[in-house]
Amino acid sequence: MNDYIIDIVILACLVLSAVWAVLSPRLLRAVVGLALASVCVTIVLFRLDSPLAGVFELSVCAGLISAVFISTISLAALETEESVVQTSKERIRRYWFLPPLLLLVGVAVTQLALPDMPVQAITGEGVREVLWNQRHLDLLGQIAVLLAGAFGVVVLFKGFETRVDKGIEIKETTGK
Amino acid sequence: MNAELLSFYVAAIVLVALAGLYYLLVTTNLIRAVIGLELVTKAITVGLVLAGRLTGKVGIAQSLVITLIVVEVVIMVVAVGLILNAHRQTNDVDVRRLRNIKG
Repeated sequence: MNDYIIDIVILACLVLSAVWAVLSPRLLRAVVGLALASVCVTIVLFRLDSPLAGVFELSVCAGLISAVFISTISLAALETEESVVQTSKERIRRYWFLPPLLLLVGVAVTQLALPDMPVQAITGEGVREVLWNQRHLDLLGQIAVLLAGAFGVVVLFKGFETRVDKGIEIKETTGK
Repeated sequence: MNAELLSFYVAAIVLVALAGLYYLLVTTNLIRAVIGLELVTKAITVGLVLAGRLTGKVGIAQSLVITLIVVEVVIMVVAVGLILNAHRQTNDVDVRRLRNIKG
């Protein structure tokens, strides 16, 4: 038990960060909770002998995605104090049954999934060898997805220009 | 890894996935929906690496996680672009305000 106390603490932090992200009435705090969850996932990946995946998770998910979310929130200027309180109350009133139901399902899944799970030794298979020699088609897929994403962003942001909308001036960047 | 620690890992994965699923189910805010999707992805990431560790195929698990992260980022960035466009049209990011775009 004492050998695994670090793992248990990190997993508890991961769950608490996720719950904080979900329950926080403020969008910015939800994004911070998501970034904290990413950091916890990174530590878990390092503990599970997956350092390369951990580095990707830390740099991309905890860094880049959080920056994009915060930029989006500041661009859109989304929430007022009243809307935050109203949304929070409405959510509790309409969906009070969901948390215990999901928790029950989670406990059932955990109990069903645990028996007969194989635990084998690590073979030391290098991720570079796998990625370049065995699953090189994945790299082509990744390049295709990245290009599709880049084209999608270009199309979505094309033609952004300064305009007046409902009496509020919205300054936006141009895609040209 | 003993069975006790494995049960903690499985419980954490299930709880984080359920938290993200709950967020996706209850929210009408598009940005919060993307955050819920991200939480589900975090649970899947840990699950993939845990499965790779248990079966002794850490390399394959890591390559799958890297692919997952690339796809996740592209989906997230395109989703944010769509959200900003929706905000331009309706001055809001509530899905209930987007009913006028249905065909």
